Amino acid sequence: MAEPLLAAKGLTRHFQIGGIFSRRNLHAVDEADLTINAREIVALAGESGSGKSTIARLLAMVYQPTAGEILFEGRPLSKMRSRKEVLNYRSQAPMVFQDPFSSLNPVYRVSHGILRSIKLHRPELNHAQRLAEAERVLTQVGLTPAAEVMGRYPYELSGGQRQRVGFAQALACKPKIILADEPVSMLDVSIRIGLLNLMAELREKEGVSFLYITHDLASARYVADRLVVMYAGHIVEQGPVEDVLARPKHPYTELLLATVPDPRAPLSDMAGADRGEPPKVVDPKPGCRFRERCPVAVAECATVTPRLRVLGGGHTAACHVAVADTMFIQPAQPSKDRTA
Amino acid sequence: MPSAPVLDIPYSPTTGPLLAVRDLTVEYATPRGSVGAVDNVSFDVAAGEFLGIVGESGCGKSTLLFAIAQLLSPPAGITAGSVTFKGRNLVGMTDKQLGAVRWREMSVVMQSAMNAFNPVKTIGSQFRDVLRAHDTKDDIAKRSQEVMRLVGIDPVHLGSYPHQLSGGMRQRAMIAMALLFTPDLVIMDEPTSALDVVAQRSLMVQTKELQRELGFAIIFVTHDMSLVSHFSDRLIVMYGGQMAEAGATRKVFDTPAHPYSKGLLEAFPSIRGPRVPLLGIPGSPPDLASPPPGCRFAPRCPSVMPSCTQIEPPLYNVDEVLVRCLLHAEEGALHG
Repeated sequence: MAEPLLAAKGLTRHFQIGGIFSRRNLHAVDEADLTINAREIVALAGESGSGKSTIARLLAMVYQPTAGEILFEGRPLSKMRSRKEVLNYRSQAPMVFQDPFSSLNPVYRVSHGILRSIKLHRPELNHAQRLAEAERVLTQVGLTPAAEVMGRYPYELSGGQRQRVGFAQALACKPKIILADEPVSMLDVSIRIGLLNLMAELREKEGVSFLYITHDLASARYVADRLVVMYAGHIVEQGPVEDVLARPKHPYTELLLATVPDPRAPLSDMAGADRGEPPKVVDPKPGCRFRERCPVAVAECATVTPRLRVLGGGHTAACHVAVADTMFIQPAQPSKDRTA
Repeated sequence: MPSAPVLDIPYSPTTGPLLAVRDLTVEYATPRGSVGAVDNVSFDVAAGEFLGIVGESGCGKSTLLFAIAQLLSPPAGITAGSVTFKGRNLVGMTDKQLGAVRWREMSVVMQSAMNAFNPVKTIGSQFRDVLRAHDTKDDIAKRSQEVMRLVGIDPVHLGSYPHQLSGGMRQRAMIAMALLFTPDLVIMDEPTSALDVVAQRSLMVQTKELQRELGFAIIFVTHDMSLVSHFSDRLIVMYGGQMAEAGATRKVFDTPAHPYSKGLLEAFPSIRGPRVPLLGIPGSPPDLASPPPGCRFAPRCPSVMPSCTQIEPPLYNVDEVLVRCLLHAEEGALHG
């Protein structure tokens, strides 16, 4: 297999909280392994507080990891020291933010942000080329006539159009991957699909990969190739999106799946029964972090942190109880007694 | 604001509707002239009913809700119509008269609980303010604890500040506050839009349980049609300040009559069905300062006809569903 475009190994980020005498560590992300290949859309799903935005910021070099390493085209990010190298990486992996109403500066025209990023990241272009490039990316994201849109202010645009400007800004630096942090969750349902289609189109036409962060599994299924589910800083399940959603292994994935409103399906009871919230992971002890909400928890869950196990074709889950698809049961694994 | 005529709709819990909205029209005064945000909207809410109102941003759904609760402030104002709640027209009432109705009989849950609570006061003291302002006879501490238990929050959080609660808990506390006086009608303005899916679903289920238990009616405004699919009895789809379609929820979902409802329903991907490419609804909602001639949805409509841009469609009654679309001109009887 070819080298993945972006790979995270044992990615960990802790935040210090509390005063000098009560210093504690909040574990936002713990030992996450993640790969994104060229021309691939990977969806990262989970509730608020599960650490999915922290992963995006680590990948965008906004935060430095506490431990672990990120490799971009095989090169570790921690080896990038010079400003030039860091700038170059950031132009290859720009972010698109959640809130299109606060992520665009209201006093500048649409052209401002796009031209600035071209000027910074592609200094070889002259003024006329920069303008042409800005028009090209605006057309690419479906904002036409581009020349007219460039002169507008953010308040003259709708939420969906603003988010398209966000994508145009990211596209202007000729990226290999766009880190999109809940790009559609603030938008009306009727225009979300347009943006999801745009992501698929940009992948086709420009060959861009995406990390699509969301809490909506239905939209992840619509646009993504692979799905990664996070809970309280751990990756709990990952695999091909259809496979994970058709045969979820982790009880948390099942819970998320049950909460997706689907008027075409009957109401499921499981979602209503759950009143829990993801825990704040402060100085955690070993054990599964989902066990307090888990309907199938066993004694082992309180003492041993489950590791990701292969349970199907390219499909892994971190759960002691989950059962593998029959053809993938690994004989090497000792079958402990689970009579509890 | 012109004082609307007092309508004589006799009210008793068994006969008349709890809330009767008739020809309600709201306009915003702007430098460009008046903008009609809500145009001639009429509907009833029966006691104990769950009514969903859906539509995109800018379709007038929140304005409609504020108009019902008499919370509009200039430049917006009700220019015509009436809102009859339990037999009394709320339009034109003084603040003092409204004070007797608000919270005791009708309460409002605002969109973002993040901003709706005062950040520098505890939840309990904000409950106390409400109870005192509306002259409670109950024991304040006892009642506050009761409503907190009702929504499934430990009453110790009455001593907490809003920032100490999670988003889902804050939103539930808002609902608890709305239930302090056990009102007959609770108006909810997108209460779940800031929550993620798990919290959203559990809040919906809990709201429905509370309704079953306490018997109040709910008007629930949202832009996400799928959210109310399992919970509301009736559904109103708004477009461009007008009612586009109204009817029993199941019926609207199974056989949407208006092309806009159809579009809304097809706008979100399915989690279990086939993976098909979707289009959403291209274009953007109409500028209400100068709405397009004829049908307001015509510029975005996939099944537009030449007559759509000339005739403004009235509401047709097709098999108990009201729909504002010329496609149904032949089969449907004219409504009203």
